[in-house]
Amino acid sequence: MNERPNMRTPFPSPHVREGKEGGVSAGLSNRDAHTLTSTSSPQGGGEQVELLRHVRRPLPHDSGIKHVQGVAQYIDDIREPEGTLHVAIGQSPKARGRLISLDVSALRSVPGVVAVLTAADIPGKNDVSPAFGDDPLFADEDISFLGQALFAVVATNRDVARRAVKKAVMEIDAEAPSITVEDALERGETVLPDYAYGRGDPAAAIARAPKKLEGQFRVGGQEHFYLEGQIALAIPGEDGDIHVYSSTQHPTEVQHVVARVLDVPDAYVTCETRRMGGGFGGKESQATQWAVTAALAARVTGRPCKLRLDRDDDFILTGKRHDFRCDWTVGFDEEGRIQGYAVDLLARCGYSADLSSGVVDRAMFHADNAYWMPAVRIASKRLKTNTVSNTAFRGFGGPQGMLAIEHVMDRIAWATDRDPLDVRYANFYRPGENLTPYGMEVEETDTLLNLVRTLEQTANYRVRREEIAAFNASSPIMKRGLALTPVKFGISFTLTHMNQAGALVHVYQDGSVHLNHGGTEMGQGLYIKVAQVVAEEFGIAMERVRITATTTAKVPNTSPTAASSGSDLNGMAARIAAGAIKKRMTAYASEAYGVPEEQIDFRDDRVFVGNQSLSFDELAKKCIAARVQLSEAGHYKTPKITWNREKGTGRPFFYFAYGAACSEVIVDTLTGENRLLRADILHDVGRSLNPAIDIGQIEGGFVQGMGWLTTEELVFSREGHLLTHAPSTYKIPVASDVPADFNVALYPNENREETIYRSKAVGEPPIMLANSVFCALADAIHALDPSQPVPLNAPATPEAILRACEALRGRPMG
Amino acid sequence: MVRDTIRFWRNGQAVEVSGFHPRTTLLDYLRLQERRVGTKEGCAEGDCGACTVALGRIRGGRVHYEPINACILLLGQVDGAELVTVEDLAASGELHPVQSAMVAHHGSQCGFCTPGIVMSLFTLYHEGERPLSRDNVNDALAGNLCRCTGYRPIVDAALEACSGQADDSFSANGERTTQGLMRLADGRDVFVGNESRFFAAPASEASLAALYAQHPDATLVAGCTDVGLWITKAMMEIEKIIWLGRVAGLDAIEESSDALGIGATVTHAEIHPSLARIDPDLGEIMRRFGSVQVRASGTVGGSIANGSPIGDLAPVFIALGAELELRHGDAVRNLPLENFFIAYRRQDRMPGEFVRRVSVPKLKGDEAFRAYKISKRFDEDISSALGAFKFTLDGRRIAAARIAFGGMAGTPKRALETERALVGVSLDEPASWGEAMAAIARDYQPLDDHRASSAYRSTVARNLVFKALSETASGETRATRIAGRREALQAAE
Repeated sequence: MNERPNMRTPFPSPHVREGKEGGVSAGLSNRDAHTLTSTSSPQGGGEQVELLRHVRRPLPHDSGIKHVQGVAQYIDDIREPEGTLHVAIGQSPKARGRLISLDVSALRSVPGVVAVLTAADIPGKNDVSPAFGDDPLFADEDISFLGQALFAVVATNRDVARRAVKKAVMEIDAEAPSITVEDALERGETVLPDYAYGRGDPAAAIARAPKKLEGQFRVGGQEHFYLEGQIALAIPGEDGDIHVYSSTQHPTEVQHVVARVLDVPDAYVTCETRRMGGGFGGKESQATQWAVTAALAARVTGRPCKLRLDRDDDFILTGKRHDFRCDWTVGFDEEGRIQGYAVDLLARCGYSADLSSGVVDRAMFHADNAYWMPAVRIASKRLKTNTVSNTAFRGFGGPQGMLAIEHVMDRIAWATDRDPLDVRYANFYRPGENLTPYGMEVEETDTLLNLVRTLEQTANYRVRREEIAAFNASSPIMKRGLALTPVKFGISFTLTHMNQAGALVHVYQDGSVHLNHGGTEMGQGLYIKVAQVVAEEFGIAMERVRITATTTAKVPNTSPTAASSGSDLNGMAARIAAGAIKKRMTAYASEAYGVPEEQIDFRDDRVFVGNQSLSFDELAKKCIAARVQLSEAGHYKTPKITWNREKGTGRPFFYFAYGAACSEVIVDTLTGENRLLRADILHDVGRSLNPAIDIGQIEGGFVQGMGWLTTEELVFSREGHLLTHAPSTYKIPVASDVPADFNVALYPNENREETIYRSKAVGEPPIMLANSVFCALADAIHALDPSQPVPLNAPATPEAILRACEALRGRPMG
Repeated sequence: MVRDTIRFWRNGQAVEVSGFHPRTTLLDYLRLQERRVGTKEGCAEGDCGACTVALGRIRGGRVHYEPINACILLLGQVDGAELVTVEDLAASGELHPVQSAMVAHHGSQCGFCTPGIVMSLFTLYHEGERPLSRDNVNDALAGNLCRCTGYRPIVDAALEACSGQADDSFSANGERTTQGLMRLADGRDVFVGNESRFFAAPASEASLAALYAQHPDATLVAGCTDVGLWITKAMMEIEKIIWLGRVAGLDAIEESSDALGIGATVTHAEIHPSLARIDPDLGEIMRRFGSVQVRASGTVGGSIANGSPIGDLAPVFIALGAELELRHGDAVRNLPLENFFIAYRRQDRMPGEFVRRVSVPKLKGDEAFRAYKISKRFDEDISSALGAFKFTLDGRRIAAARIAFGGMAGTPKRALETERALVGVSLDEPASWGEAMAAIARDYQPLDDHRASSAYRSTVARNLVFKALSETASGETRATRIAGRREALQAAE
């Protein structure tokens, strides 16, 4: 318990304040140890009262006190074993072609260089891909993108290794690379087959509709910019064992791929991850290559090996959010109600499949967002370009598909001269019109409608709409814009088998509890949420629950911490494990004290057995003496989900999470400079496990989404160089980009499905709240000439905005 | 007597280090030698702030703390300063007020940026304006990227923790630290290494001139905010480094009624108030120049001497008519600043010659000045284009104009065609401004790059001519600016 030497109390006064709408808002104030809340269930179950000690309380992040002192250990902070070597990656200087020769002999004689690794040094398969076998550890024949790993240098220090990689001599038979969507379309190259589904005859419906629009909309990619770059430390053991510390969201995959590449059984490899300095999807499949390289270096040299990518290399060598071109056609009536919608989602996947199957599927699953489409076709292409392989990024394709339909909503509004919010209302799913394009019923149609109506009121949308119109009428240069956009996001991995999790719980004789589960901590607060669940289950103080690093040796065969599923899956698994132990402890106490099990209660660090009580640790001791097992592996699998990809129908999601945001911006139409002036968010996390953590996810997701849609621009040269390769050239939001007037509240709701304490997933959905910023920028530009649509693509950089402004002024920028 | 060590103050005592490689960064020293790993490397280019530490130096008789990016600061540059890292704040077993506030406000998620943010807030705690505004906090955090929180809880924590009088162990030990630092200030030349590889920190201009004349192949370093990247990113094999930070007198600011003389090693932070007094737009340019960390290290002389086409100071100084003073050995010469920039990254500077000072004329009563920094992001971004305009007015007519842009050519460059087209133009006849707006296309043929396209730069430059004229005509900026409205800046002055 003395892991936190400098804290007086590990969990300073938690507090919850009822927000304006009965939800919990960002300012949190004091409350007593027990949080007593009541709720009326949407199923009409009436008032129910919960007596909870930890769950629903805004406890701080489990590592918060360590973070602020710099004592939270990241992989680069682990004291290296003596003799640890350092690895740097040798990269391809060309984007496409054939590697004719690679001469690394000069490197071997550099003082400090211990080994140089190429494809020839790989004992097993030269494949670090998550599924499709198309990601070599080191390319040895075909060059697929500029920067691709060709070899690695292992040296006594990092500086020597980084300098040595520059000395390789290679010959490449280069050809012109495919960089853009158009390049790939022209070559007809894809990483995976095209895929489409739909309903009815959208072409006919659009042709019949009173009004019709079509367009091409581009959505940019996004670099994760986790503050901690990719890193792994591999330590060799006996008999070919290897222990890999990896900053990964997917320890099981690291374990499995290390084994595959080293040609050892999975059981010889352990992957451990205590925490990441951010992940956001960028360490779901693409932490693997660096862990495998470190492991191979450790195998070859017999010494511990560390690989930490320099930030520029991290940008160049790891995939990003997919950028898309969306070719769309829509037919609608005078009210703006969609009658038919057809969209081709053309995704730039980079050189390999990676996770593009699921990413683009999820873009398709969210191409409807919250809107009923009587006749619809959602089609997709997974285009191959000679750029780094794009990968998971918070939202996993969903944001791109969703932004396209939000853009279309605006286009309909401009064409019908209606308020964009009214067009959105007109198209919401409603009872009887609640089947998604992939045939899943939206059961909860009232939630989003009520949520948006509430936000419309609290954000004062209509009044501000008029004020802004008045402002714009008298302001020729500065224009303000307003938008309120909804989010409906499907929760579950769309690969059904991934919706499972394990946890391992031990109770020791002193009543302390060791908690382990398959989920990883990347800052999202998963560890504290699961610890709250376990402490609640045992009725013990949080301090008794020791959160331990995720490791494949304790909980095997896990899914990545992704798809917002972390607390849904691992919270349940941990509760099942703790519940099983508690059940055995209860059974023992019942027998030992002759008291029925119903009269045994675990609370306040004690166990109440009829009229008497004993401390939790006393009962633990007694159980051990009575040979009761106080350890349990829990396992959970999500119910109800089915998805038939061939038929394009089923229920891929257990439930939907909802939210909405209202953003107001100002645009300088002479320069394209712009600023978010105010944002109001109302978000549905069901019944929150931890409102402080959830609000942190919502605010952080919104700001990250705003960056994606405004200042974050990825620029590749024709040759395939990534020109925005560091924070000096790639601009994520800073503090001043966040408005002072930033109002975030939780929508009072509970999950109609039986999730952990009726909460809802929160990791990804908030990123799409930022669609409101993009739409507000378009709205502001629209004020320059309301008779024209705004030709704005994402990201809406100052340049993109000025380009749209000048187009509306009739003097195209060239 | 030459000293062959560097000395700094750390945890209440003097630390002496010798025999280090001249390229050693402070961050590598902390993480690899001291093995204090609380300070993180996020980008190794001074942009993310994860490596922020505080350096204390004596100014006005007391210790002042500034945030510094340890990733691009050379170890040798801490000579004479107090070094404070994140591990030091809670050393007595109690969290520092900024640390407590960060925990209470849920200001950390993944935690990797947190040590840097804590250190930036530590300097704000000691040096921040009172009363402290949200804008002050945002400025203090402009050099600290956080990818998780969206900043709101961090700003709230800062407002809570940094609004009062500093009352921590550092303020309590201030007197002792001051005495310690004064003992370190020995006025001796520092030379660590040998003739072929050294870190040198001459204490006088004469020593500098002699050393540099002897080693014209040495790299001069002032703040190291640019050279740092040559080391961490370009991995240049720099073996001889002369740090200017200890040269007495080179850090002088000489202010007269009509000009500002700025010594080469005056930092951006130090010159900021004087420039803001010349014109509020200059103050705003300085506020947005890099970040607090970069402004605390980076110098006026370095910004000019490295010849960057996108540095923000050169174009505004050229528009104001600044002169540059260079020294080689004992020879000193002056030239108009615009003549210093010959071509892309090529300057009129001989081997062994160094920038000594820049003299910036103040505005006269009949002169109006406007400057605009255009970038993808308002704060901590490099300009896509920066336009600076000085108009000499004859009533409501423009008698003369000096205009310079950064980001529009291979060097900071004057817009001579536009200047000519503006002579005689009436501020009251916007219809007559077209010729000048068109002329800018003849002055500049900018490049496409990752910051902006040529078309954007040209269009913005034309629109900025319009904006500068409009604002000069109306005397207002309320209806023409999002950030840096002059009315607000003047009210704050």
